[in-house]
Amino acid sequence: MEKLINDFSFGLFFWQILLFVGLLLLLRKFAWKPILEAVNNREEGIKNALESAEAAKKEMQNLQADNERILNEARAERDSMLKEARELKESMITDAKSEAQAEADKIVAQAQATIESEKKAAITELKNQVAGISVEIAEKMVRKELADKDKQLELVDSMLGDVTLN
Amino acid sequence: MQKRTVVKILLIFTLVFTTSNLFAKEAEKEEKGDLKTEINEFIDHHLKDSHDFTLFSDKEANKHYGIPLPIILWDNGLKVFSSSKFHHEETVAEVDGNFYKIYHAKIYKTDAEGTINYDEDHHATNEKPLDFSITKNVVSILLIGLLMLFMFGRLAKSYKKNNGIPTGVGRFLEPLVLFVRDEIAIPNIGEKKYKKYMSFLLTTFFFIWLLNLLGMTPLAVNVTGNIAITFALALITFLITNLTANKNYWGHIFWMPGVPTFMKVVLAPIELLGVFIKPFSLMIRLYANMTAGHVVIMSIIGMMFIFKSWIGSPLSFGLSFALSILELLVAALQAYIFTMLSALYFGMANEEAHH
Repeated sequence: MEKLINDFSFGLFFWQILLFVGLLLLLRKFAWKPILEAVNNREEGIKNALESAEAAKKEMQNLQADNERILNEARAERDSMLKEARELKESMITDAKSEAQAEADKIVAQAQATIESEKKAAITELKNQVAGISVEIAEKMVRKELADKDKQLELVDSMLGDVTLN
Repeated sequence: MQKRTVVKILLIFTLVFTTSNLFAKEAEKEEKGDLKTEINEFIDHHLKDSHDFTLFSDKEANKHYGIPLPIILWDNGLKVFSSSKFHHEETVAEVDGNFYKIYHAKIYKTDAEGTINYDEDHHATNEKPLDFSITKNVVSILLIGLLMLFMFGRLAKSYKKNNGIPTGVGRFLEPLVLFVRDEIAIPNIGEKKYKKYMSFLLTTFFFIWLLNLLGMTPLAVNVTGNIAITFALALITFLITNLTANKNYWGHIFWMPGVPTFMKVVLAPIELLGVFIKPFSLMIRLYANMTAGHVVIMSIIGMMFIFKSWIGSPLSFGLSFALSILELLVAALQAYIFTMLSALYFGMANEEAHH
C-alpha cells in the first residue's frame, strides 16, 4: 500500500484525467454517436425489412388462399352450370320427344279421319253411280221390253196382277 | 510412447546441465549476482514511468537511444525544459537557479551537487515540485488516443460513405463495438438506460485494451500497470456510478428495504464502504494484473541471460513466448473485466425497485 502511494504520480493522474475525458468527448462526438446510430439504423432497417417480408409472405398466403377459394368457387359454379345444362338438355329432349309424339299422333288421327271421310264419300259416290247405272240399265231394258205392244200389255197385266185390290 | 521418452530425456538433460552449470560457474557467482541486480533494476525501472522515451541503451558505451520529453514543473512558477537536461536521470538539471534531480523516476529539488537526503526507511526527504511533465506514459496515452480517434473516426465516416456498411478495418472494429454493446452494456445495464453509458464503456474498453497491447510491444511502456492511471479510470467509474444513481440505489445503501431496523443500521456503513471498495477493486485489479504480467515476462526473459546455457535459455525463451501469448489474452481480458464491472456498477445504480 505504501509502495502504491509512493508510486502515485499526481502529474500523470492529472494528464490521464484530462486526456481521457478529452478523448471520451471527442470520440463521443466523432465516433461513438455516428457509429452506434449507423448500426442502429441498419439494425432497424433489417428488422423492418424482415417484418415487411413476413407481412408480404402472409399477404401472399392470403392471396393464394383467396385464389384457391375463388378457383374452387368457379369450379363449383362450372359444375353446377354443367349439371343444369345437362338437365336442361335432357328435359328439352324429353319435351321435344313428347311433343313430336303428340304431333305425330295428331297427324295420324287427322289422316285417319280424312281417310274415313274420303272413304265415306267414295262409297256414297259409288252408291250413287251404281244407282244411276242401275236406273239406266233398267230404263234401257224397259225401253227394249216395251218396244212391241204385246209385251206392254203383258207387263200391264202382270203389274195389274200384282196390284191386287185388296 | 516414443514422444514421452524423448521428453523425459530432455528433462533429465536440462536438470543435469543446469545443475552442473550451477556448480561449474561457482566462480562466476559474483558476476551473476550483479546480473541479477541489473535485471531487477531494469524491471523496476521499466515498471515505472519515465521522463524520457528511451528505446534502448548501451550500458558499456553509456549511450541511450530515444527521444527526450518536455518536463513541466510547478515550483513557484511554471518551469518548462527538455528532459535531456537530466542526461538520462544521471545529472542535476539547473533551471532559473533551481536544481532538480530524478531519483526513482521522481523529480526532487536539490542543491547544486544533487544531494538527496534520506530518512531511516531510505525514502528521499527532499522537496518535490509539482510534476506535470509529459512523461513516457503521457506520450503513450496521447498516441493511443490519436490512434483511437483515427480508427473510430474512420469507421464512423465509412458508414456514411458506404450506406451503413463498414469497409476495410471497420469490418474488424464494428464487431468489437457491438461486443461492448451487446455483451457488456445491455446485459448489465439494461435495454432502457445503456445508451448514456456507451461512450464511457467503449472508450474505456478500447483505451485499456490498446494500452495493454502497447505494453506488450518492445516499446516497453507500462501505462495500465501504473497506479495513477488505474486510479483515474476507477475514479471516473466511481463518479459516473454515484452521479447517475437513482433513489432506489441510495435507498439500498442507507436504508436497506426488507430487513429489520437493527439490521438496517448495521448494514448502512457496510454498504457505504462497498461504494468505495467497488471502484478500489477495479483500480487494484487492473494495476496488479498488468504489473504482474510485465514482471513475470521480463523475469523469464532475464532468466535467459542468467542461464546462458544451450538448454536453459531456449527453455526460458519458449516459456516467455508462451507467457506472452497468455498476456495477449490477459490484455483483452482485463479490458473486458474493467468495462464489464463498470457496466455492472452502472446497472446497479440504475436498478428499479422491484419489491
